[in-house]
Amino acid sequence: MTNETFTLTLDGAEVSAEPGETLWQVAKRAGETIPHLCFKDAYGYRADGNCRACMVEVEGERALAASCLREARPGMVVRSASSERARTAREGVMELLVADQPDRETGPDRSSHFWDMADALAIDADAVRQWLPQRDARATPTVHHVPDRDASPVHDRSHSAMAVNLDACIECNLCVRACREVQVNDVIGLAHRGAAAKIVFDFDDPMGDSTCVACGECVQACPTGALMPATLVDAAGQGDSAAADRSVDSVCPYCGVGCQLTYHIKDDAILHVSGRDGPSNHNRLCVKGRFGFDYPRHPSRLTTPLIRKPGIPKGLDPAFDPAEPTTHFREASWDEALELAAKGLVDLKAAHGPDALAGFGSAKCSNEEAWLFQKLVRTGFGSNHVDHCTRLCHASSVAALMECIGSGAVTASFMQALEADVVILTGCNPAVNHPVAATFFKQAAKQGTRIIIIDPRGQALGAYAHHTLRFTPGADVALFNAMLNVIVTEELYDAAYIREHTEGFEALKEHVRDMTPEAMAESCGVPAEAIREVAREYATAERAMIFWGMGISQHVHGTDNARCLISLALACGHTGRPGTGLHPLRGQNNVQGASDAGLIPMVLPDYQPVGDAQVRAAFEELWATPLEERPGLTVVEIMDAIAAGTIKGMYILGENPAMSDPDLAHARASLARLEHLVVQDLFVTETAQFADVILPASAWPEKDGSVTNTNRQVQLGRQAVPLPGDARPDWWIIQEIARRFGLDWDYGHPREVFAEMTLGMPSLDHITWERLEREGSVTYPCPADDAPGADVVFGDAFPTASGRAKFSPTLPLPPDEPIDRDYPTVLTTGRQLEHWHTGSMTRRARVLDDLEPEAVASLAPGEMRRLGLAPGDALTITTRRGQITLKTRVDPGMAEGMVFVPFCYAEAAANILTNPALDPDGKIPEFKYAACRLAPAAVEALS
Amino acid sequence: MTVQTVTPKRRFRGKPRGRELDPATLDSLRRLLGDERKAPERRRRDLLIEHLHVLQDARGHLSLADLRALAAYMNLPMAAVYETATFYAHFDVVHDDQAPPPAITVRVCDSLSCQLAGAAALKAELEAGADPARVRVLRAPCMGRCDMAPVVEVGHRHVSHATREAVEAVVDTGHFHPEAILWQRLEAYRDAGGYRLLADCRAGKVSVERLMETLEAANLRGLGGAGFPTFKKWHFVRAEAGPRYCAINADEGEPGTFKDRHYLEREPHRFLEGALVSAWAVEAEALYIYLRDEYPGLHRVLHAAIAELEAAGLAAPGYIVVRRGAGAYICGEESAMIESLEGKPGKPRHRPPFVAQRGLFDRPTLVNNVETVVWIPTIWARGAAWFADQGRHGRKGLRSFSVSGRVNRPGVHLAPSGITLNELIEEYCGGMAAGHRLAAYLPGGASGGILPASKADIPLDFDTLQAEGCFIGSAAIIVLSDQDDLRAAATNLLAFFADESCGQCTPCRVGTEKMLTLLEGDTWQAGDLERLSRVMMDASICGLGQAAPNPVLGLLRDFRDELAAQNVIVKG
Repeated sequence: MTNETFTLTLDGAEVSAEPGETLWQVAKRAGETIPHLCFKDAYGYRADGNCRACMVEVEGERALAASCLREARPGMVVRSASSERARTAREGVMELLVADQPDRETGPDRSSHFWDMADALAIDADAVRQWLPQRDARATPTVHHVPDRDASPVHDRSHSAMAVNLDACIECNLCVRACREVQVNDVIGLAHRGAAAKIVFDFDDPMGDSTCVACGECVQACPTGALMPATLVDAAGQGDSAAADRSVDSVCPYCGVGCQLTYHIKDDAILHVSGRDGPSNHNRLCVKGRFGFDYPRHPSRLTTPLIRKPGIPKGLDPAFDPAEPTTHFREASWDEALELAAKGLVDLKAAHGPDALAGFGSAKCSNEEAWLFQKLVRTGFGSNHVDHCTRLCHASSVAALMECIGSGAVTASFMQALEADVVILTGCNPAVNHPVAATFFKQAAKQGTRIIIIDPRGQALGAYAHHTLRFTPGADVALFNAMLNVIVTEELYDAAYIREHTEGFEALKEHVRDMTPEAMAESCGVPAEAIREVAREYATAERAMIFWGMGISQHVHGTDNARCLISLALACGHTGRPGTGLHPLRGQNNVQGASDAGLIPMVLPDYQPVGDAQVRAAFEELWATPLEERPGLTVVEIMDAIAAGTIKGMYILGENPAMSDPDLAHARASLARLEHLVVQDLFVTETAQFADVILPASAWPEKDGSVTNTNRQVQLGRQAVPLPGDARPDWWIIQEIARRFGLDWDYGHPREVFAEMTLGMPSLDHITWERLEREGSVTYPCPADDAPGADVVFGDAFPTASGRAKFSPTLPLPPDEPIDRDYPTVLTTGRQLEHWHTGSMTRRARVLDDLEPEAVASLAPGEMRRLGLAPGDALTITTRRGQITLKTRVDPGMAEGMVFVPFCYAEAAANILTNPALDPDGKIPEFKYAACRLAPAAVEALS
Repeated sequence: MTVQTVTPKRRFRGKPRGRELDPATLDSLRRLLGDERKAPERRRRDLLIEHLHVLQDARGHLSLADLRALAAYMNLPMAAVYETATFYAHFDVVHDDQAPPPAITVRVCDSLSCQLAGAAALKAELEAGADPARVRVLRAPCMGRCDMAPVVEVGHRHVSHATREAVEAVVDTGHFHPEAILWQRLEAYRDAGGYRLLADCRAGKVSVERLMETLEAANLRGLGGAGFPTFKKWHFVRAEAGPRYCAINADEGEPGTFKDRHYLEREPHRFLEGALVSAWAVEAEALYIYLRDEYPGLHRVLHAAIAELEAAGLAAPGYIVVRRGAGAYICGEESAMIESLEGKPGKPRHRPPFVAQRGLFDRPTLVNNVETVVWIPTIWARGAAWFADQGRHGRKGLRSFSVSGRVNRPGVHLAPSGITLNELIEEYCGGMAAGHRLAAYLPGGASGGILPASKADIPLDFDTLQAEGCFIGSAAIIVLSDQDDLRAAATNLLAFFADESCGQCTPCRVGTEKMLTLLEGDTWQAGDLERLSRVMMDASICGLGQAAPNPVLGLLRDFRDELAAQNVIVKG
C-alpha cells in the first residue's frame, strides 16, 4: 500500500485521506462528526465497530459499513450524511438502545455522550417507547442457558470510587477495551451472549470485591454513565457528568510518571478528575491520580500558622489529633510565625555558624520551589546542608550514573519500552508504584516485547513476563555479575560499541571471569541455566532496556547494583538508540526536577559539583553571594549531626523524616533534640509534631509550578482551587523566610523563578515558561525553541570528559545486617498502590483510605502457616531497633523467609524497624533489607 | 433486575485483591489437564474451550473455584475465562450461590422441525415427570436430526422420534453415551479407491492448478451456505504469504440442516481425504476440524478415523486437530468459528480482512464446509462434467437437501441443483404427509426466509431465490402445511436467533429480542417490523442479524391472508 495521500468521494465531494485512516476520521476532517457510541476518538482505543451507530454506505457493497472501522481506500465512493439507508440504520440503532435506557433525568448521567448522540439524531425517547417494547417486558428469558442470579447486581455501589449502573449499559465494550487493552488491568469482561450479554468484573463479582485496581479508565471511557465516578452519582443513582462548573489542566502530584490530568471543579472544590493526553500517560491515570484529590479539603488541613505552646515537649504524643492541633500548638498570624520561624534560625546561625543549620526540601514541590529552597540554604543559611528524599530513593542510582555515564537522569523514556525487544524490570514493581508506566510495559509485552522480571518478590506484571528470576534478597550484585560473566565468556558483547563509546571493558572482563552463573547460583537462589538464559536474552536482543526501582537502590550496595546494570547496558550496546537505555524509575512526581534544581548537598543545580570553583563562581555571580565550597550533609548524616549536637536548627519543607527515615527511634530523637525546627506542610505530620513553628503550605492543585518527571519531561501544574484559610504557596513562604535572612528577594510568580533557573541550568535550554504554558510538556535536553526534546540521549557521546562511558567493576557484598538465628527473616519495605510515601496525603483521601485502611504486613502462604497465622491476624515484627504490631495479609507473590511492610502507616511505622546503614557512595539507607523476627500477636496489641 | 446497594466502607483485606486461588483446586486441575509447568503448551490460549470441556465432563459443571484455578493455570485474566465459559450453552457455570445442576441433563430440541412434531408438549411432559433433583429438562437448538423429529438428547444419547416413555426409558438405563455409528473404515475406503487423489497430489501427479480447474468446471461452491466458488477461495488463500491454515467447518447448526452429519457418519474418510487435499492445496501448517458438540458420536468417529490415518502414515500425528464446539450456532459463521478455535467467545470478526487473509491465529486460512470437501475426491474421480451435468432447470451440479417437516420421507436427498420444491417432494420425499397440504416452506433453514406454496416451482439453487428475498443456504428445506401455526413458526425462528445472537452488535443483540417481543403480540405493525428489519439487515455485523428478519418479511409479503385466518392482525 502506498504511503501517499489519496482521494475518495464522500457525499459527492472529493476528499483526501491518509493511508490507514478510517472513514470516520476522513468524515471528521471533512466537518462531519458521524454518530458513534462504541468508538472513542482517543489515543490507544481500538475501533470495535459493534454499536453500529456510525454506519455509512459504500458503493458496491451489499450491507452498510461501520465508518469507525473501515479504512478509506482510493476511489471509494461513500455516502454518509446523504445516505437515507445510513440515516435509518443510525437512527434505528439509537432507537433500539434508547428503548432500554433509564430516563435521562433520573438516569446515572443526564449529560452522557449517549444522550448527546441521541440528540444529534433527534431521537425522541418517548416516541421510541411507543413502538419498541422494553426488555423488561419479556416474561421469559431470551437467552436460555443463562440462569437468573440475585447476586448479579445491576446497581453495584460496592466500590468506594465508582458507581456501576448496568441498566444504562449498552454493551459497547469500551470499558472492556479500557481495562484490558488500554490499561491492561484485565478485570472487566463482556460475559454471556445475546440479550444476556453483561459487563462483569472477574467472575461477575461486585466491583469492590474484584481484582479492580480502580484506575478508573472504564469510567472515563463509558459513554452512557453505566460506569461513573461515585462523586457524580447520588444515592438514588441519578447523576450528571457535566456537574462541574469549570476545569483546569494540570499534572498529577503523586509519582514520577507525570500523568497529565484535568481537574473538574465545582464550588471551588475538585469534583472529579480525568486523564489528559500527555506524552507519558495518554489520558491514563491510576487510582491515586484519579480518585485521590480530596486530601486538600481534609478536616485536619492546616489553614493557620501554628506555634508550639510553652512547656509542651517535642515528640509524638499518642493523644495528639492533627485535626485539633491547639492542644499542643497555638494559632498565630503569619507575621508572628514567620518572625519566630526565621529568628530561631538566624539566631542559631549567629551563635554557632552556618553549620548549625540544615534544610530538607521536597520532591513534592515544584521546580521553582526546589530552586528557591536550595538557594535559601546556600545563600541564606550559608552552607550546603540541603537534601531531600532523593537520598532515600535513587541517590545511589544517580551516583552510579554520574560516575559511569556523566548524567543522572534516564537515557530513554519509559515509552521506549514499546520499541524494545527485551525489557528488564528489576527491583521495581511498576504496577504498584508507577501504574501508568506499567501500562506501557504490559502493552509492549502484548505486542511481543519480552519482559524479564528480576526481583525477590512476585508481582502483578509477572503475568506478562517472559522470564521471572526470583532471587535471594541482597544477592543482586552476584546475580548481575554472573550475567556479565555470561556475556563476556560467551562473547555476547557488542565489541564495536564498546570500542567506540566506552572505557574499562578489559578490566571488567578480567573482573567478572570467575563469577560464573554456576559459582553465583547458590547465593542468588537461581539456577545457573536461568541466569544464562536471561543474560543471553538481554545481550542478543536487537534493542533492550533496563528499568529499575528502589529494590536496586535502597541497599548498602545500591550504587554497585546500578553500576552493574550500567555495565550490562554498555557491554551490549543497549543505550542511545530507540528501544534501548537505562531508566531508574523515579519515585516522586518531582524528584527529577528537585534534584536537577540542586536540592542535593554536594552539587549545585544541574549536578555541578559545589567543590568546583568555576561552577561556584558562576553561581556566585548569578546570586551575587559567596558560596560554601564544602559539600553539605545528606539526610541521614544530618540526623546524625543533630544527635552529635552540630546541627541545631532545621527548616523542613514537605518532608516527613519522622516517618521516612530509617531507624525512626534515632531520627525522632534527633528531631526532638533540635533547638529550633520550622516545618512547612499541609498537615501536622509526624515531623511537624516536633516543630517549634508550623507554616501552613499549599497543596499541588492550589498553586502554579513546573515539575519534571522520570522521562525528563518538564510539565506545568496549574492552580485549580483557592488556598484554604490562611494557607500560602510554598514559594511565597520560602521567600518570606529568605527576606528575614536579609536576602533581597522579590519574586511575584513562579514564572520569574523559572526564568532565573534557565540562567543557571543548561538542561533547561530552549524551555521557557511560556513554552510550557503552550505545549504543556517539554523534554530536556531540547535542541531548539521549536523542536521537541530528546526522548533518547547519548547516541553519539556521553557527557563525560572523554565522551566515553565507564565500566565500573563491583564485588558482591552481603547486606549490612544479614539474617541470623535471632533475626531469621528478611524485612523489606516499600509502597502500596493506594498510598503515597508516608501517607500524609493519601491516608486523608477518602477513597484511598477506604481501599487500604490499615497497616498490613505481607507474607507468603507458607510463612503464614509456619507462624500459625490466618489472614488478618496480628503479627509483631522485631528488629534490633524496635518492633511494630500490625495485621497480616497472605500474598503468594512473597518469598518464604521474607516480610513486606509499607512505610505509610504511622500506627505501625515500618521505619521503626529499618537499618540506617548507608551505601558509601549514594548515602542511601538499606530500606530493602533488615534482619527481623516474627511472632504472632494478640489483636489487642494492634495500635 | 436486581438492585443491590452496598455502602462503601473501609475494608481490610487479608489477601490479594479478588478471588483467591485455592492451591488444592489447582492441583486437582493439574491432575485432570496435565501439569502446565512441565508442558507449557497446555497453557495455549486456544485450548481454553477444550480445557473447559474436560472440566465440565469431569465435574458436571464449572465451579468458580475451578475457573479461578484454570485462569491461573492458563495465565489468563479471570474475565477472559468467564467470558468464554458463559458464552457457550454447553458449559454450566455455577456460582458460589447456585446449586450445581442435577446429574442427568435432558435436552429437548426446539427447532422448527421438532416443534412441528410436538416438541413443546413433549418437553412439558418430560418436565412434569422428572425428579428435579436427578434430572433437568432443557430446551436446545437444532440437533441436526430433523428427519427424526422430535429429538431428545439424554446425556450424550439421542432419542429419535422421541416420546416421554422412550426418553424415560433411556434415563432409567443410565446409558448416556452416544449411540454407536457404523462407518466406512480406512481399509474399505482405500479398497474403493480412496486416498488415491491425496496420494497423487502429494506425489506431484496432480497439480493444484489442474485440481482448481476441475473444481471450477464442476461449479463446486461452498455448501455451508454462502456458495462461494471453491477454486476461487483456494486461489485467494494461496495468494497470501504463509504460514497458512486450513479449517473445516463442521458446526452444522442451521436449523433443518443435517447433511454434514449424514456424510460424516457414513464416509468419514471421504471427508478426511477432501479435507487433507484442501489443506494440501493451500500448503496448510495444520488442518483444524471444528465439530459441533451436538454430534458427540461423530467425535469418536473422527478421532478413530484420524488415528487410522496416522497409523497408516497418511497424516502426520497431530496434523489434523479436532476441536469441539460447545453449543453456539454462531460458530457456524466462519470467523466466529475461528474465534472459537482460538478459545474465545464465538463473535464474528469484521471484514475486511477476510479469513483468507487473516484467519486462524491471524494467518491466512482456508475455511471450507464438510460437504464441500466431501465432493472433491468424487469430482476428481468422476470428472467435472459428471458433477456439473446433474443440474436441472438450467442449473449445474448436485445438492444434498436436508428435508424435514410435513413430508412422507424426510431425510438427506441428493438431488439435482435447481430442482423445484414440488419436484423434490414428489420425486424424493414421497409426497406430503397424509392429511397435510403444502402451505409454506423454508428453502434455507431458519435464515433463508419463507415462501408460500404458490412459489414451490422456483428452481432451488444459489442465486435463484434472491428475487423472493430468500436464499437456499445449506439447502435445509422445512416443509409447513395448512395445519401449521405461522406465528408460532415465526416466533420459534426469532426466539432461536435471539438466543443464539452473539450479542456483539446492537441491531442483532437488541433487534432480535425486540422483534421476538413484537411478533408475540396479536397485532403486527408491518411498518415497524419492516423498519426494524431494515436496520438489522443493513447494520448487523454478520449473517445472523442480517438474515434474522427474513422469515418475518416473507410472512408480511406472502402470507397476509393466512395470518389473518390464524388471528394475527397485520396493520400497515
